[in-house]
Amino acid sequence: MRVLESLWRALDERLDLAPLVNFATHKEVPQHRHSWAYYFGGLTLFFFFVQVATGILLLLYYRPTAEAAFESVQFIVTRVPFGWLIRSIHSWSANLMVLAAFAHMFSVYMLGSYAKPRELTWWSGFALLLLAMGFGFSGYLLPWNELAFFATRVGTDMVSKVPLVGGWLLKYLRGGEEVTGATLTRFFGFHVAVLPMITTALLAAHLAFIQRQGMHIPEGLEEEARQRKAIRFVPNFMMREGVVWLAGLAALAALAAFFPWELGAKADPFASAPAGIRPEWYFLFMFEALKLLPSHVLGIEGELVGLGVFALAGLVWFLVPVLDRGSRVGHRSRAFFVLGWLALAYILSFTLASLAGVFK
Amino acid sequence: MSGPDGASVLSRRSLLNWLLGTTLGATLGAALYPVFRFVIPPEVAEAPVNRVLAAKLSELPLNSGKIFRFGARPGIVLRTSDGAVRAFSAVCTHLNCTVQYRPDLQHIWCACHNGHYDLQGKNIAGPPPRPLEAYKVDVKGDEVYVTKGA
Repeated sequence: MRVLESLWRALDERLDLAPLVNFATHKEVPQHRHSWAYYFGGLTLFFFFVQVATGILLLLYYRPTAEAAFESVQFIVTRVPFGWLIRSIHSWSANLMVLAAFAHMFSVYMLGSYAKPRELTWWSGFALLLLAMGFGFSGYLLPWNELAFFATRVGTDMVSKVPLVGGWLLKYLRGGEEVTGATLTRFFGFHVAVLPMITTALLAAHLAFIQRQGMHIPEGLEEEARQRKAIRFVPNFMMREGVVWLAGLAALAALAAFFPWELGAKADPFASAPAGIRPEWYFLFMFEALKLLPSHVLGIEGELVGLGVFALAGLVWFLVPVLDRGSRVGHRSRAFFVLGWLALAYILSFTLASLAGVFK
Repeated sequence: MSGPDGASVLSRRSLLNWLLGTTLGATLGAALYPVFRFVIPPEVAEAPVNRVLAAKLSELPLNSGKIFRFGARPGIVLRTSDGAVRAFSAVCTHLNCTVQYRPDLQHIWCACHNGHYDLQGKNIAGPPPRPLEAYKVDVKGDEVYVTKGA
């Protein structure tokens, strides 16, 4: 103990750390009937940490070429001690991270926490969700199996529909005209270098904004939050968040152990897309909508209409702190509240119906 | 800044700003242009494939299809129930998946988004916006040759 104390004194003397400690010990988290919403962001962060740790482990054996990728993952899950567990945890944690991020985003939206002065937090969070989906999309290809191959063909083909720069983007993403080993190598680079770098920077900003501004108290709950005693961040809130993280870890371990992630068959660029092919669950709501669209809508190709609508919806979602003008003065509009529920209802119903096999 | 020297002081500053700005801009441009060019892969000279041996007639029973390699892209050759042999590009016109022949439906189908094409390659149901590109088929003895631009 004495060693630690003198170490602390030495550091504090040189770096003036006392204000930071002072900030941490005085930080409080308000309590009201929707305080549960404060835990989802931290849970997402937990799964992100798991991804970093298991991802680094997988790097020890993974080989990013069309010839060796599938075999290297096969080697990991069949020969490397606990390889099946590490790989399974990486896949499951990726999914749970997206799930936690969605829960975080929707709870923030429904409680109106995007309102001024928290626009930057909302925008950085939106960008982080896109990055998470980018992680999912690029990571999906890395085992170089059949499903991943066609998912990448479809996903990158969608990018080619972007006006003006679509063709350029397609070549940039695929590393050529077709999905080949060059695509795999690129996606590997995005997945382990480019995306982590951008994510780390944005995550730091996102967390810094929250620390700077404190937790948002939803409209109408100010009185309740005043009456109930706020809890201290250190150690009370951290302890509670720790329980949530433990629950996340338990869910992760159970899923990874009882439902090990499948590897499937190796990709063959000259085989038909297998029946029953579909993307990861968090793309299902878009996937099913694209399947339902006819070949032409008002003379425009159906998929262009679909992709255009999704792009527009994403833009509205992104701009909500600006578009919901009332929120800037503390009175969010009813319309945006309803819009949030509609979006949630659409995503939930299409995802669940797709998983249940309602769509042919 | 005012007085008789005011104008000249200001213009000297703006000249320096302009020089600094263009220097920074040029440096940035000189650094970014190679990066921009680097990320787009070079065109690999490939002998244009116009004609390939797609299948043996003996491995194509009536009411069946087969994927073959046509240059860098997949093609599909099929034999209808009445014995006609036809070939198309196997790349779905919707979102780039590879189609397959469905003996139960007796036409071409794409598994990715449930697109259907008839035996002439015409899009008949589901999201595909255009027909499949058709190829010319020559049957020489047991060998089925497929030519582009039919």
